[in-house]
Amino acid sequence: MASEKGVMLLDFWVSPFGQRARIALAEKGVQYEYKEENLTEKSELLLKANPVHKKIPVLIHDGKPVCESLIIVEYINEVWSDKAPLMPSDPYQKAQARFWADFVDKKVYDCGSRLWKLKGEEQQAAKKEMIEILQLLEAQLGDKKYFGGDSFGFVDVAFVPFTSWFYSYETCANFSVEGVAPKIAQWAKRCMERESVAKTLYDPKKVYEFVCFLKKKFGVE
Amino acid sequence: MGETLKLFGWKVSPYSHRVEVALRLKGVKYEFIHEDLANKSDMLIRYNPILKKIPVLLHDDTPIVESQVIVEYIDEVFDGHPILPKDPYERAEARFWARFIDEKVRPQVWMSCWTDGEIQKSFIAQAKESLATLQGRLEGKKFFGGDSIGLIDIMACSLALWYGVMEEVVGLNLLNDYPELCRWGEDYRNVEAVRECLPERELIVDFFAPRKDRIFAKKAPVYD
Repeated sequence: MASEKGVMLLDFWVSPFGQRARIALAEKGVQYEYKEENLTEKSELLLKANPVHKKIPVLIHDGKPVCESLIIVEYINEVWSDKAPLMPSDPYQKAQARFWADFVDKKVYDCGSRLWKLKGEEQQAAKKEMIEILQLLEAQLGDKKYFGGDSFGFVDVAFVPFTSWFYSYETCANFSVEGVAPKIAQWAKRCMERESVAKTLYDPKKVYEFVCFLKKKFGVE
Repeated sequence: MGETLKLFGWKVSPYSHRVEVALRLKGVKYEFIHEDLANKSDMLIRYNPILKKIPVLLHDDTPIVESQVIVEYIDEVFDGHPILPKDPYERAEARFWARFIDEKVRPQVWMSCWTDGEIQKSFIAQAKESLATLQGRLEGKKFFGGDSIGLIDIMACSLALWYGVMEEVVGLNLLNDYPELCRWGEDYRNVEAVRECLPERELIVDFFAPRKDRIFAKKAPVYD
């Protein structure tokens, strides 16, 4: 990669991981070049920028690549520290934020994928797990405006992209997020009032179309 | 914040070790509370209700959980030996490799030991690739952190002792194919802060040896 000045994001339109980076960049008001990757035919640039995992998102800042979505978000927060802090300054609050963002990372995507990939008993087990995950997150949110308190923060950025997948999870597994975790549903609506989120997330019906395409591709009926 | 530090841990666990190394690098005093994982204390469950796991660091009655989260917290709160670099790009790079170790190296080496047949062959192939990649990151330096240990070294601690013991118990020989990693392991074990909190080899053997039959039971053992 040439040491070109500037910020570039290698990404895939519907990826919730890529969306984390996009939302963080938007919150900070950073100008960047967006490059859509074809995941069935990855570009030379992607393979060079992320040789270990060959995955998006990759943030390339002045020619240097940063990989892994939550690591990218922390990097963005540390470099563009003059505006919209995404992490609390208190070390204990920071530790809490990292714990919950990691919890979202380890649980939501994986369980969500099982909701649309599996059927029967296995799907029911995944549904039970997803409800538990949502309720744990709801307990953590409590009556706060955001997971970060009054300010939109790290855990909000980590979790909010998955809200556009709620409709897909609900339709595939037959349950309602609003029914099992109403505070989470309200939090999702509040986040959509933020420009960074509204301009980044896709319509849930469009995400569902993508899930249907994946189901066909994986032969799930 | 005052300075009362308590660590709920278990000497056999590398995750517990990670936190002890971080505390010792900073030169801070702490009380080690040994948890019997077959019989978790009420205190542990109170302080880590979500995961109910060790290690848990209690800083003046405030609990912090998850070994990497705890290590980063220690680095931010206490002066002394820097565990993460100051530069944002280098920090991101250190976190990348910490994650690589936990998400790739660890499960792949673990499953290579505790499976058999075709599944084992597949895990061994993956583990070999990951170990080679990790070895490449050393780039001939003494430690992943350069001249002194940092986040990546601490997160890689299992490679310095635990995996070697585990492989010997199950009769596998992966790590020896990576001489630079073996050399790093020896250098890591010789760091004073590490030496002070490394468990006796026999303790780890005593944990894994009775579980050797798990290969055939197809259920990998877990530390907790």
